Amino acid sequence: MTIIEEAFVPSPRDNDGGPLLEVRDLHVEFHTREGVVKAVNGVNYNVAAGETLAVLGESGSGKSVTAQAIMGILDMPPAKIPQGEIRFRGQDMLTMSADERRKIRGQRIAMIFQDALSSLNPVLSVGYQLGEMFRVHQGMSKKDAKAKAIELMDRVKIPAAAARVNDYPHQFSGGMRQRIMIAMALALEPELIIADEPTTALDVTVQAQVMDLLAELQREYNMGLILITHDLGVVADVADKIAVMYAGRIVETAPVHELYKRPAHPYTRGLLDSIPRLDQKGQELYAIKGLPPNLLRIPTGCAFNPRCPKAQDICRTDIPALLPVTEQDGGELPGRASACHFWKETLHG
Amino acid sequence: MGRYVARRLLQMIPVFIGTTLLIFLMVYALPGDPVRGLFGDKGGSPQVIAQLRHQYGLDQPILVQYWHYMKNMILHGDFGTQIASGRPVTDVLGDAFPVTLRLAGLSFLIEMVFGIALGIVAGLRAGRVTDNAILLFTLLLISVPVFVLGYILKVIFAFDLNWLPPNVNDPTNYNEMLMPAIVLATASLAYVTRLTRTSIAENLRADYIRTAIAKGLPKRRVVGVHLMRNSLIPVVTYLGTDIGALMGGAVVTEGLFNIQGIGGTIYQSIVRREGTTLVGLVTILVLVYLLANLLVDLLYAVLDPRIRYA
Amino acid sequence: MPDVTKTVPEAAAEDAAVAAAGGALPEPSKPEKTRSLWGDAWQDLRRSWIFLVSAALILLLLTITFFPGWFTGANPTSGDLAKHFLQKPKLGNFFSADWLGYDQQGRSVYARVIYGARASIAVGFGTTVAVTVVGGLVGMIAGYFGGIVDSILSRLTDVFFGIPFLLGTMVFLTSFQNRTTWVVIGALSFFGWTQIARVMRGAVITTKQADYVHAAKALGASTPRIMFRHILPNTLAPVIVVATISLGIYISAEATLSYLGLGLNGVSWGNDISDGGNQIRVAQWIMLYPSIMLIVTVLAFIMLGEAVRNALDPKMR
Repeated sequence: MTIIEEAFVPSPRDNDGGPLLEVRDLHVEFHTREGVVKAVNGVNYNVAAGETLAVLGESGSGKSVTAQAIMGILDMPPAKIPQGEIRFRGQDMLTMSADERRKIRGQRIAMIFQDALSSLNPVLSVGYQLGEMFRVHQGMSKKDAKAKAIELMDRVKIPAAAARVNDYPHQFSGGMRQRIMIAMALALEPELIIADEPTTALDVTVQAQVMDLLAELQREYNMGLILITHDLGVVADVADKIAVMYAGRIVETAPVHELYKRPAHPYTRGLLDSIPRLDQKGQELYAIKGLPPNLLRIPTGCAFNPRCPKAQDICRTDIPALLPVTEQDGGELPGRASACHFWKETLHG
Repeated sequence: MGRYVARRLLQMIPVFIGTTLLIFLMVYALPGDPVRGLFGDKGGSPQVIAQLRHQYGLDQPILVQYWHYMKNMILHGDFGTQIASGRPVTDVLGDAFPVTLRLAGLSFLIEMVFGIALGIVAGLRAGRVTDNAILLFTLLLISVPVFVLGYILKVIFAFDLNWLPPNVNDPTNYNEMLMPAIVLATASLAYVTRLTRTSIAENLRADYIRTAIAKGLPKRRVVGVHLMRNSLIPVVTYLGTDIGALMGGAVVTEGLFNIQGIGGTIYQSIVRREGTTLVGLVTILVLVYLLANLLVDLLYAVLDPRIRYA
Repeated sequence: MPDVTKTVPEAAAEDAAVAAAGGALPEPSKPEKTRSLWGDAWQDLRRSWIFLVSAALILLLLTITFFPGWFTGANPTSGDLAKHFLQKPKLGNFFSADWLGYDQQGRSVYARVIYGARASIAVGFGTTVAVTVVGGLVGMIAGYFGGIVDSILSRLTDVFFGIPFLLGTMVFLTSFQNRTTWVVIGALSFFGWTQIARVMRGAVITTKQADYVHAAKALGASTPRIMFRHILPNTLAPVIVVATISLGIYISAEATLSYLGLGLNGVSWGNDISDGGNQIRVAQWIMLYPSIMLIVTVLAFIMLGEAVRNALDPKMR
């Protein structure tokens, strides 16, 4: 079974020059004792400056692994990138030297992690950890770096920044810690930020504040943002477009609001149906049957077929390509694509 | 902090009393008699023996003896008299303590430098050939009893190669002390290596290390600052408590190399049934051990900002 | 550069494991059964070369201990001084009495090496059983009841821990003229139980807070039942690891005491190494072979402990 050439999906705000980041046919596998775990199986996406791409998927869908491959923080071995390209400003980062990549990390592409408590070094003060960015990448003195750290903490609205710069991560609340993570990512005004579940570990009320802050800063600096999440609710207000991942592939891409209104893949539909809604009070909540596939033994054909209500014989034999979808009358739907043999029935049915 | 130290010091009192009492009881339950021992096989007249026993307070009930001993020790710094030589135990201690301190210090240095270095190498290569080789090496070090290792090193380096002297004549000569220090250090060295290796390998998987890499820090900074600062906390703790253990563990090593330190003196005291000397020396060791533990706990709070003592 | 993190493959492997456990349902392939900690540990052990080597060595040692006659016909305690005084080893004569030479009393070193195993194995196992029972009980009681009981038992543990191990056993053994196996086991156990007590206490305190323990209490289970049926099984892993490793350490300690002239009366490797030490310039073999046996024995138990630790502690994988 060969992989069918997948569609290039243009993004709406992509007109000025090339995209900031292009991921092309990326594959990532992990060589473990149990066998080869195929975590990412041919992912394509791109992000322009100022644009927010939300990558949606369950755990094990390959969304975080893709992000870590972009960041260059995969542990190789056991991870391996057998094929694919990751172009940043047109340059393939996978062919760069380790040192060239290191200079991009933190400076031009930064990452925000999910659990700020474990992602910040517990025995170093936040001021030190923030200042480190300036000291290492810009050769700043300790004193200047600390002043910059205070400035950054102010920037992400941490009260009494000057007084708290020498505090340790455990002395901050969860929301404040995540702000420090954001401040650290923003320190050198990168062109692209990858946020991996940035609000999952936070209380619901704090989640909104942190998301708003992130969106505000992104606009201000005109950064590209890849927002990785499993939570459809988080995405709606901030993302421009969404890529839905399943078993290491993108199964659907769409501008954010269109995806909510009219999904073109049964998996996306399942995800949307399983969001609790007020008008459905009293009814049983929908859940996609079955469990995510074992990445050691991904089902043949469409990986979603064992769980799909629409699955036919072809779904068990042929992997559907990610292809542009259209209106019933053949009218174009810009930025939309689906990897389903029966996208027509799903979109228009 | 002050309250914590006060509480810990208070807790040390029953432990100190218990330890000294235990050793006191054991020593006085020993068969044989230091006074009789003075006279050798000939045996002295019963009157003389009785008089000497009275002089040293050996005719009193054991708890009374303990009470007097502790009272003199705490109030007057008097650890009793070494019956064989007639010298005060404090004098004997004054001679022996610096020797053992030097031996233990040199051992400590060896164990720290080589233990941490090997542990770092193994931890950074966890699961690979180097790691397995170091693991096997440390297991072997733990498995070789101190006295066997002492013999082996003596045969190789002193008798066959003639590089180092087989016995220590001058404890201030570090050349002579090197071999005993290595012998004393080996088992602890192996533990330090294992501990460092485990700690490094565990912290290497920590999220904050991933963050440090994502920040674009150079590898030597990721390892040297972020990894080390966290990984060495348990190692420092172990090293602290090990100072006391090294001094107490020197009995065999000092005997093997004929070093006149605390260990050697303790061994002779046991053989000669010298109760007072033995109790005095062990008391000092226990004090060193208890204080080292307290210091380590306080050091922990300095190294790890998450720990706060109320 | 990126070989500094281990996070990602772990996460992926975890995901894969989660998927492997549950993902079997919709697939036609046969369902994989979920394994327990002990089942997992056994799977791990079977693949560990450290475990296989140490287990084989220990089996051999146990055979030597129980059936020394299978290995040599020579008598370890009587020798012909006139014929064999310090006779050199004849390494070609495998397993014969003169294979490893003779000592200063004309006794076969090979026979002594074989018969010496019994002392080491007996002391090692005896002490380990004793300290595990005593230390386990003290730790269980201190951890379970807490409060003043814990304070008293913990201070008591500190007292015994405060006296250097070897020193304490030396003073203890000096009291005995006839040092049988039981006396040596008693001395080593008297000062050795503290480590297990501390490990057990820590494990019990952690387990005590588990929901199922609260549930058992709420259902009116008796205290001994909660202690032994509900808490004990969850504290076994760390105790077993410590006990296995210390088994090797006790064998080593017994030999050291023999070297100091305070060990067992009778045939033991420690005694022979000590005797051999005096002949080291003229007849290295007297010391060499019992030393090798001793080191291999201690190593076997420490390796076993290491393998068990790796298998039982998922963090070490």
